Amino acid sequence: MKIIVAGEAKEVKDGLTIAQLLIDEQVETPEYVTVTVNDDFIDSSKFEITNLQENDTVEFLYYMGGGRYVVY
Amino acid sequence: MSFTNEQLERYSRHIILKEIGAKGQKKLLNAKVLIIGAGGLGAPTAMYLAAAGVGTIGIADADEVDLSNLQRQIIHATKDLGKPKVQSAKETMNDLNPDVQVNTYHTFMTSENIREIIRDYDFVIDGTDNFPAKFLINDACVMEKKPFSHAGIIRFKGQLMTYVPGEGPCYRCVFKDPPPKDAVPTCKQAGVVGAMGGVIGSLQAMEAIKYIVGKGQLLTGYLLTYDALTMEFRKIKLPHNTENCPVCGTHPTITQLIDYEQAECDGAL
Repeated sequence: MKIIVAGEAKEVKDGLTIAQLLIDEQVETPEYVTVTVNDDFIDSSKFEITNLQENDTVEFLYYMGGGRYVVY
Repeated sequence: MSFTNEQLERYSRHIILKEIGAKGQKKLLNAKVLIIGAGGLGAPTAMYLAAAGVGTIGIADADEVDLSNLQRQIIHATKDLGKPKVQSAKETMNDLNPDVQVNTYHTFMTSENIREIIRDYDFVIDGTDNFPAKFLINDACVMEKKPFSHAGIIRFKGQLMTYVPGEGPCYRCVFKDPPPKDAVPTCKQAGVVGAMGGVIGSLQAMEAIKYIVGKGQLLTGYLLTYDALTMEFRKIKLPHNTENCPVCGTHPTITQLIDYEQAECDGAL
């Protein structure tokens, strides 16, 4: 199925979970990323059980502080 | 209030704009903006707002100017090393524009002082570099019903969003809590290109100016991200279902400000 991730169309397997998408997209700190699907914030406790649907629009929003420290 | 001849000339490029004009320039001269953090983001923001004739600018920072700051914090100069950043910033702003009343706060913002300080201002700029401060500023602005501009920069990336009370998500809607102190395995100095502060800080100044003159669309309900390496700007629409937010939602559970602890990291930059 086709989904949009961070503005780009991707072909992924049907029913892909957000947790798996975070791995596939090599998101560095998945525990600290905010995920939105279409017009909803998805709670991180739901990443494993949320299956994406055809044409879903997914965004990853990252914490960004200053140049002084980064969290790994 | 009428303009002096000097002001007419100084602000002529604003006054000529139909979106600003004499009316907008008067709004700027009557406006009060608080900038929290006189660092990479706060420096360009403060300079552009001072140059623009924002009549009262508050600047808050507890630090002194350090040599490693000068790669990006362009409001400070080599002669200012060791000086409180707020003092150095005030001098630069007043050199740029004596019209501006600069109020300095040489202190950390905490749950004890922030609400009282921001109460006097029309718009707040978050130019801080750490998450405890960012959440504190967000919550205080929500509680005091003050609009503010959030921004963060790291390496070659930056982001910003604008909160206006009642008009879309706050910072906590998007990022629920600071990264937990104990859950952070290690921290590294990240580094940042100096010009990132110029790009993102200037955008924060732009948001403040648009808010004050009441023109254009603000970044409310959007997160703007910038990647300097790929030269991509993305304006990401944020969800508007904010009713469950613990601070700006319909039934807030955070009603007192929280002083989070900063994660311990090796070696201050």
